[in-house]
Amino acid sequence: MLAEFNDRTWLWVAAGFYAAGFLLGTFALLKQGRPSGFATYVLIAIGYAIHLVGLSLRGQAVGGCPLGNQFEIFQFTAWSAITLYLVIGVTFRNSLLGYFTACLATAMTLVSLAIPSWDATQRARIFGSNPWIELHAALAVFSYGVFGLLALTSIMFLLRNHSLKAKHLGGVFSFLPSILDLDQIGVRLLGAGVVILGISLGVGSVYWLRDVSTVNVTKLIVTISVWLAYAIALGLRLNGVLLAKRFSWSCLGLYAAALLSLWPVDASRHSGPITAQANSPAARQP
Amino acid sequence: MSAERFFLIGATHHRVPLEVREKLSLTSDAAFALQAELTAMSGLREYAVLSTCNRVEFYGVAETSDAAARVTAAFCARQKFDLTEFARISLNLRGREAIQHLLEVAAGLDSQIVGENEIFGQVKDAYAAAQARGSTGPVLNRVFQKGFQAAKHVRTNTGITEGQVSVANVAVELAVNIFGAIKDTRILLVGAGEIGEKTAKAFQSRGAAALTVASRRLERAMELASSLGASAMPFEQFESRLNEYDVVVCATSAPGVVVTHAATKMAMHKRPARPLFFIDQALPRDVEPAVAKIDNVFLYNLDDLAKIADENRAAREAELVKCRSIIAEKAEALWRQVAAQVAALGNSTGEEPALQRKETV
Repeated sequence: MLAEFNDRTWLWVAAGFYAAGFLLGTFALLKQGRPSGFATYVLIAIGYAIHLVGLSLRGQAVGGCPLGNQFEIFQFTAWSAITLYLVIGVTFRNSLLGYFTACLATAMTLVSLAIPSWDATQRARIFGSNPWIELHAALAVFSYGVFGLLALTSIMFLLRNHSLKAKHLGGVFSFLPSILDLDQIGVRLLGAGVVILGISLGVGSVYWLRDVSTVNVTKLIVTISVWLAYAIALGLRLNGVLLAKRFSWSCLGLYAAALLSLWPVDASRHSGPITAQANSPAARQP
Repeated sequence: MSAERFFLIGATHHRVPLEVREKLSLTSDAAFALQAELTAMSGLREYAVLSTCNRVEFYGVAETSDAAARVTAAFCARQKFDLTEFARISLNLRGREAIQHLLEVAAGLDSQIVGENEIFGQVKDAYAAAQARGSTGPVLNRVFQKGFQAAKHVRTNTGITEGQVSVANVAVELAVNIFGAIKDTRILLVGAGEIGEKTAKAFQSRGAAALTVASRRLERAMELASSLGASAMPFEQFESRLNEYDVVVCATSAPGVVVTHAATKMAMHKRPARPLFFIDQALPRDVEPAVAKIDNVFLYNLDDLAKIADENRAAREAELVKCRSIIAEKAEALWRQVAAQVAALGNSTGEEPALQRKETV
């Protein structure tokens, strides 16, 4: 029976596990006043494994990293965020990070699955036979996952800051990490995201310099703007200018802008020249 | 009848005031002599003594139903305490109820400060001492060991130990919420009074990196610093060196503000990314309230700390019903396991020695 599952079915199942983690976390918070902790972590981990199967099948179908449409980008971004959570989540095992990650993953995977038009056009071999440009795209979307987790830690920072300023420390607030830990993990995530997106741009620029005519100008402007905005935020934070609440609000605002920027990028790919491979009829799946 | 042979007698803070508990408190010499007497007592197969500042309790397993009365008489005689008065104020439980009480004590449900941690260690020590004396056997071994598991279960799976309930520990817990690890934090104590000293000690006990005392009377600051293993600082310097500290405990008797908004702003310019935590325990307050509006600065006064301690206490007490229900189930199951063993004692010939006597120091 499992062999009959197609990629979307696997992705639906993965989304189901993330949703179960989110619902379990909500139930634990409302009924017991504490995060479900390990149970949420296990559900996310199972969902992650299934998610990987779904993305692998899609990758095989499109002949490369599945980043050819909005659906795939959202799925890959959610997967990237969870990859990082599973690594750093051990540190925050008993905190609300798992709950928030389950919430983000549920939203991103379910929304992208529920909007058929995002997956109407499946592009095969959009990277042709060039592994560098595939690496460029994968790193770029992975950095969005990093920034997604940064947005979550920013929300946690704002909640912790509010709880300490308003002197409400009981209930769910008691499961938030310390404000200094949240700040430090935020800076590290921002640094990692800027570096990963920077490497992605660096790899991409080598390819573009060989053939400028293939460059999607909208995508180029948007991606460089996103990287620049995050890099400026990092610079301001390291120089002690953008701190605490303002830093967290900035990270949240930047992530919202980064996600919204996917629309013009995707729209421009439908209309403008991208690569010969992407536009060739042979490259498109029926 | 088996229930009669597993007994608890004792006096606890619930029914016995401090001045009476003082009379019942066992000194080490008295405890030694009493234990020797109990070890020699006929019909008493197993026993353990739990003696803390809030309770003295005897758990026993006997062949005869009058053993509890004989233990009580021996204790009262040793303490020169009126037997009738003891009967009036004491706890006297049997079988499942006695086991349930032990489990509640070990879990901290019966403590003066509900959910406190110390009692668990005290019960473990009492059991270890009884084992070393050779006064435990199959029944008490099982009851105590399963009791520890039950207590751990309750402490881990309910909110009974959550939140600090003393003002000094609340202050430390707040610092944990801000800085994470206390071992990296530097503490400044402004004022050398008793309240501030208690809070400073609470930080030290949690491993604070460094403590400095600033007081208008430098000799008093140096004296306190020396007793705490800290350093002293002239009072005039503390405002300009605020940026060097993470936690500032203010507890002076000054009539006005000691820490101003402007000084704090200046300190934060020098440490913009690292939070600053003020604990204002002075009356009138030492820290200008507007300080709380600065980003990354957190200010808590006496009322704030007391309110949190009260809320935590109330939250723990709200968990009591749930904890007692879990304990009742576990006590019932445990009693079912040992009841047959206890009942079998009544059928013994009485020829075998009462205790595996292993006299210890």
